Amino acid sequence: MKVSFFPGCSLEGTAREYGESIEAVCNAIDIELQELSGWNCCGASSAHATNEFLSIALPARNLSIAEKTERDLVTPCAACYSRFKTAEKALTGESPVDVEIPFKGEINILHMLEFLCREEFAEAIGRNITTPLHKVKAVSYYGCLLVRPPGVTHAEHCEDPGGLDTLIAKLGGESVFWPYKTECCGGSLVLTRVDIIHRLNSRLLDMAREAGADCIVTACPLCQANLDTRQEEIGAGKGIKYNMPIFYFTELMGLAFGNQGVDKWFGRHFVDPRPLLESKKLL
Amino acid sequence: MEIQAERTFRDVVIESAGEELFDCYQCYKCSAGCPVSFEMDLLPHQIIRSVVFNQKEKALSSKTIWICASCETCTTRCPNEIDIAKVMDVLRQIQVESGSEAKEPRVPVFHQAFLDSIKKTGRVHELTMIRNYTQKSGDLKEKLKSGEWKNDVKLGMKMFLRGKLKVMPPKCEGVKEVRKIFKQAAEHKKK
Repeated sequence: MKVSFFPGCSLEGTAREYGESIEAVCNAIDIELQELSGWNCCGASSAHATNEFLSIALPARNLSIAEKTERDLVTPCAACYSRFKTAEKALTGESPVDVEIPFKGEINILHMLEFLCREEFAEAIGRNITTPLHKVKAVSYYGCLLVRPPGVTHAEHCEDPGGLDTLIAKLGGESVFWPYKTECCGGSLVLTRVDIIHRLNSRLLDMAREAGADCIVTACPLCQANLDTRQEEIGAGKGIKYNMPIFYFTELMGLAFGNQGVDKWFGRHFVDPRPLLESKKLL
Repeated sequence: MEIQAERTFRDVVIESAGEELFDCYQCYKCSAGCPVSFEMDLLPHQIIRSVVFNQKEKALSSKTIWICASCETCTTRCPNEIDIAKVMDVLRQIQVESGSEAKEPRVPVFHQAFLDSIKKTGRVHELTMIRNYTQKSGDLKEKLKSGEWKNDVKLGMKMFLRGKLKVMPPKCEGVKEVRKIFKQAAEHKKK
């Protein structure tokens, strides 16, 4: 199976292990990711917060290129996904937009989690599991834009989504209930209002702890970066050492598949997940 | 005789957002669910009311429009299906176009640095974007004074050692087309 792949800007930088684990997992289940030729940044929050035209035109260019390939477009970033779905709605909706970039809406736009949770890959995923993630207690963290607003994402259960939980259980882990599945990490306020980022992520880490989880699983480069890179300073401010590994869901898939690349991915984390996995005899 | 009323601030917001703001019955649900309301000077439902009352200054000079993290919780939960996050976008866009200083000036400076990075290379180069932001926002000056820069350098080094800091700017074959989009955006603004 071949799809168009939109990596997004962070996969070359802060979310490198996300990109590496996606490649490994897709290889294992015979999915060919064809990187979208000449792709550009989706504009993220900065476009929609300040310039309406750019907020549609920047993602529209990518959608137009993707449609020419006649293959579905898959992206691993929740923010890119949200911008694409919003542009899709604007370009194919009834009210006219001024952007003159052709897009008819004949391809599907999917987030990587949604894509890999499709029924057609269930058998291949099951077949590849060589190291079931027994005793791993994880909370699923979907964040905001993967599911909200439902008018754009068409998420079935936007207050209590389940795809990631089902996947964790399928990999042999325990998906622990917590009420913060879709709470906000503060996203792009990371440079401008670090105090807000600290408060929001501190709440998430505290709740994950209280729920009895030993790790948080994400599907978005912004959520992962905020929870992982800021964890030490958040803890230091409260006199706590959280030591809560923050995984990309594809890293856990790779681990369950017995992939040799896991050590490299985990070495890129600020909170090293290897001691936890060694204690569970998974490494 | 046909009476032509002047387009008010309220008309512009309602038209640009495409939302039925008069449907709002101030139920508070948007404000109750907002994850960053603790830092806002006007709560989301108060922002909607200020627009309905045509209180331009009140809405545009609020901290709220820049504190909003665009998490879309308000939009998702509104019983009257008002896209409140979209209204926040429209207010920010109007505020930026007005040229006056925002109540949270660093946020629009960040957005500009982000967009400048896209315009230059077609994709965001985190390193140059952060450099531009810290210089233009006054963040750098402040951190040099307080000594906080050491923490940022430490964080940057950790990123670099983990291979998470892309030093060279990205190469995007579509950069010329992207610049054309920015040119169109500027022309569009003039209209």
